Amino acid sequence: MTSSILDILPQLAAGAAHTHALGFIYDSVDGDRVRIRAPWREDLVGDPDTGVLSGGLVTTLLDHVGGLAVWIALGRFEPIATLDLRVDYMRAAAGRRDLIAEARCYRLTRSIAFVRAWAFEDSPDDPVAAAQSAYMLTSDGGRGLGANLKREHGERA
Amino acid sequence: MSDLLERLPYARFLGLETATEGETLTVTMPFAQKLIGNPILPALHGGATAALLELTAVAQVASLYPRLRLPRPINVTVAYLRTGRPADVHARARISKAGRRVAHVLAEAWQDDESQPIAALTAHFLMAEDDH
Repeated sequence: MTSSILDILPQLAAGAAHTHALGFIYDSVDGDRVRIRAPWREDLVGDPDTGVLSGGLVTTLLDHVGGLAVWIALGRFEPIATLDLRVDYMRAAAGRRDLIAEARCYRLTRSIAFVRAWAFEDSPDDPVAAAQSAYMLTSDGGRGLGANLKREHGERA
Repeated sequence: MSDLLERLPYARFLGLETATEGETLTVTMPFAQKLIGNPILPALHGGATAALLELTAVAQVASLYPRLRLPRPINVTVAYLRTGRPADVHARARISKAGRRVAHVLAEAWQDDESQPIAALTAHFLMAEDDH
């Protein structure tokens, strides 16, 4: 991993108009795991009776943090596009609390990145939601891509 | 029940507008600069489109099952089919199975041409209020 991708992570986490409007904040990187935070805000609530952040916001958070995990696995920034994203809502989130999302890209092929992500208030061991997603890599060459990752089963995508 | 989305803060944040025709809701997310996720293309953030789909599914389930205070998704899967251009997005949901405890919902989002969806959603909803 180059230092340059780490340097621009805060910008990638919150720099686009939508992520800025949602108030996303870059949190941390630990190895291949990356975290971002969605601070609780009244206008992002999904259920006015409980004050819980909207499921749609959780989906956006998980989609976005997954993209960051892909760039960390790649060691650089390049255009990527979410192919699909599955979110399991494991429990109701706590009202009026920030949510943290953590993601890890656990396999890169030449054209696809596979990611898992979790959203939680305090610990990934007690997730509000868990996601499994795939991202299309748009670079043409792909040589050297994921060269630092094991490819035990060859390329599947 | 078509005013459900007007009561949900996040649906208001996204500017969602609901139109009802018979039993079917069509929800529109009018284009706004704050929905842009990729300023270079430019393109909508996929999360905004996913949220539109999810909230459309919530509203459609709520309109057919008014006994549910607020339908809760168990899980959602979103496939991104085309880039969301900086323009309005529309979405419609269909309940493919409504069981006693669980409902299965399909939804699609499109821009100019409904036959060219930009994203598709598959979701399960919990139908029992006291479950989960």
